[in-house]
Amino acid sequence: MVNVGSTAPIAVERPSSDVRPDLPWVTIVWNDPVNLMSYVTYVFQTVFGYTREKAEKLMLDVHHKGKAVVSSGTREEMERDVQILHSYGLWATVQPDSVK
Amino acid sequence: MSSGFSSKEGGVVVAEFEAPEVAILRSLVELVLGLVEPGETGDDPLERALGIGDGEAPSDPVLARLFPSAYDDQGDAAEFRRYTEATLRDGKRADARTMLDTARPGRTELTPEQAQAWLRALNDVRLTLGVRLEVTEEVHEEIATMSEDDPRYPAYVTYDWLTYLQDTLVRALW
Repeated sequence: MVNVGSTAPIAVERPSSDVRPDLPWVTIVWNDPVNLMSYVTYVFQTVFGYTREKAEKLMLDVHHKGKAVVSSGTREEMERDVQILHSYGLWATVQPDSVK
Repeated sequence: MSSGFSSKEGGVVVAEFEAPEVAILRSLVELVLGLVEPGETGDDPLERALGIGDGEAPSDPVLARLFPSAYDDQGDAAEFRRYTEATLRDGKRADARTMLDTARPGRTELTPEQAQAWLRALNDVRLTLGVRLEVTEEVHEEIATMSEDDPRYPAYVTYDWLTYLQDTLVRALW
């Protein structure tokens, strides 16, 4: 991801819903050289209703580690998440939680 | 040059564009529209009605990036694609059309819904250019040291401007 280095705006708190680690399927977002750090954070907030803080942490995980689990749940739920993330141009995949 | 988007009351965002900037935006969005053809669905009327396609992964690298495989497993990926890609294509085309319908020289004012369409469509344009130019995360630094005589220079400058524009749109919506 890339950063254009603008000043950080004031965060808007949105309803939070925790990633549920006990569920069997996960949605993974992979790093890519085009998507903006600000945009990816915004998409995580918009799609998942995560707080700015949580969305930023996930975005930084994607940026530094190359990928991050952004949601977990049933296979159907994860496929829906991936479809929405693809509509925003994020590189997202589904896999069983057991695959590392 | 346009200073990008800023927010107004009621979730409305505004930007001022020069005529050449609108011309560039329009030509790039039309490029994406040309690449992202309407969702291809099978001959079966029910499959057509449900937007079920053939599930084949695109060979063009831009399309492969706009419509990534959702699974490592090829069978699972094809099945997912069969049921989702036509809808995704139609969504991307609708976003692109919203951008074409609303981009104009002078003041461009977007409703929250139109702004979301711009956000996705601008990103599709950046992904398309980014894949074609084979940009890396160091693209910004690369442009800073690139000679203006470099044949890639105009495209890179355009890409950089789109990046800036999208960042202002994100921040206006935050």
